[in-house]
Amino acid sequence: MTRAQRRRPAPARSAFSWRDTLLSYAFLAPALILLTLFTFYPLAYGSYLGFTEYGGARFGQGLPPKWIGLDNFRTLFADPLFLTSLGNSVKYLIVVPVLQLASLAVAVLVNKNLPAMPFFRAAYYVPVVTSISLAAVMWEWVYNKDGTLNWVLGALHLLPGGAVGWLNSEYTAFWAVMLVTFWRGFGYYMVLYLAGLQGIPEELEEAAVLDGASAWQRFWKITVPMMKPTILLCSLLSTIAALRVLEEVLVLTNGGPLNSTYTALMYVYSKAFQGFNFDYGLASAAGLVVAVVALALSVANFRLFRDSSGEGT
Amino acid sequence: MSAVTRPIPLTVPRRKSNRKALRLVLRYVLLTLVLIFAVFPFVWTLAIAITDKRAGTSIYDFPASLFPKAVTLNNFLEVYRTFELGKYVWNSISITVLTVIGTLVVSALAAYPLARFRFPGRNIIFAIIVATLVLPGETTFIVNTLTLKKLGLLGTHLGVVIPTIAGAFGIFLMRQAFLGVPTALLEAARLDGAGEMTILTRIMLPLTKPSLAALGIFTLVGTWNAYFWPMLVLSAAPDKAPLSVAVLRLKGQFNYDPFNIAAGSLIMMLPVLLVFLAAQRYFMKGMEGAVK
Repeated sequence: MTRAQRRRPAPARSAFSWRDTLLSYAFLAPALILLTLFTFYPLAYGSYLGFTEYGGARFGQGLPPKWIGLDNFRTLFADPLFLTSLGNSVKYLIVVPVLQLASLAVAVLVNKNLPAMPFFRAAYYVPVVTSISLAAVMWEWVYNKDGTLNWVLGALHLLPGGAVGWLNSEYTAFWAVMLVTFWRGFGYYMVLYLAGLQGIPEELEEAAVLDGASAWQRFWKITVPMMKPTILLCSLLSTIAALRVLEEVLVLTNGGPLNSTYTALMYVYSKAFQGFNFDYGLASAAGLVVAVVALALSVANFRLFRDSSGEGT
Repeated sequence: MSAVTRPIPLTVPRRKSNRKALRLVLRYVLLTLVLIFAVFPFVWTLAIAITDKRAGTSIYDFPASLFPKAVTLNNFLEVYRTFELGKYVWNSISITVLTVIGTLVVSALAAYPLARFRFPGRNIIFAIIVATLVLPGETTFIVNTLTLKKLGLLGTHLGVVIPTIAGAFGIFLMRQAFLGVPTALLEAARLDGAGEMTILTRIMLPLTKPSLAALGIFTLVGTWNAYFWPMLVLSAAPDKAPLSVAVLRLKGQFNYDPFNIAAGSLIMMLPVLLVFLAAQRYFMKGMEGAVK
């Protein structure tokens, strides 16, 4: 693919040609129309809705959105549930460093020409191609008060307080949901890291072994620095995904117990579609806040990695 | 810590190979632990699904529930009959087939001029498509639902499909593939008087089958598994829901029959698992082209 990338498209006819132009736009038309209608228009109209009163009775009567300036944002930041949900989404970012380091470590483990390695790689990827609804079914059994997690921990004498309903306690539900995100993600990032690991010259690793570096030292002193560009990319993807977490929450806890797993997009979804609210204006405003936070975090992510690398990756 | 691992000069070769063997064992132990974490839920679900429930067993009876004594396929038949699972299987197939075909057609059409023609506005269109990768999509689902309502597509399979088929991933994947087709071949075809549509369907597409297959497979797996979007679009039309949405509903309905739920879940998982095992190499390449 890289070879093809380097080859420039041959300028068959470098001069302007009506025929080529018309043909090109005819071929591009379906994609452009669909992208405009379902990607760009929602972005513009959704942003506009954030500054309006829309939905509920107003929507039912067929009235257009009514401009109310920043009122939605005032409502949002006075709503304890929104603040909780935004806080939970930010707290969810804890999964990012854990997931990235674990995926990189797993990639290092399977990046050897040893028996059964293709099997391990494939098996680790199976959760990635598993639907969230199946994950919900299976993990609810695991987390059940009578489920396997309690059985294993009990057998190891790690449950001094007795069996726990992991998704039913406001102290554990958040982490239980996060573990499902981790479970569905590590195989995906492992594959991305595997591609990056192929680029580390073997001599470097061998030299370190000869110098007596332990596996732990080699991981932190060679693998991590050499993989910085890939780690940056994966952390970025992972950060945005974590901030936008919704499906896991929706299928596992629906935001509960006691709003302990209520995330920002759960708030957006809930305001717009759950119950009898249909408050599209407020929901869009909440979405805008999440988008701004996501943008800020992406910039921060870039800065962090550029500065710590010292040479500007 | 480092003092322990630093090799003593003049180490006898024996000790070195011992340590190597130890390291190898350690690697496989770690790999096995990760393996258990990754696949345990599936193994347990499989065990539950094939358990003969007439023996009066509980799914929470450990470790017995992991090693069913009496095995049966009855749960699969039962869930298929009592829940009309066939209907949802059909819905999943309909949505997935439409999405795969739509994605392939739209992506190939858009990629062809981007790979092969020079025309005014090309760079702008390129930038527009790249932009979709980084634009925030937090409110998209709200507006798209409203749009579908206006178009009369809310609660239909087409409503689930149409908003998802145009995407940067597919367009770039196909463009990359088209760039790899030798120009001489196209020039020869043009000299023979072939139209652009003929060139696309007779030369470009046959020569880029691997990329088409990759795009088709990624789309297939993603669509089959998708939960949130079809749930939203079809919330008022429960009979049109795909398996991914129905399985969770099944959970409410069969609250006291986990054996049937497990069987239903596996019916849903099976096609994706088969596709994944058959086309592993596509997934394991890590979408390199798309990421670069």
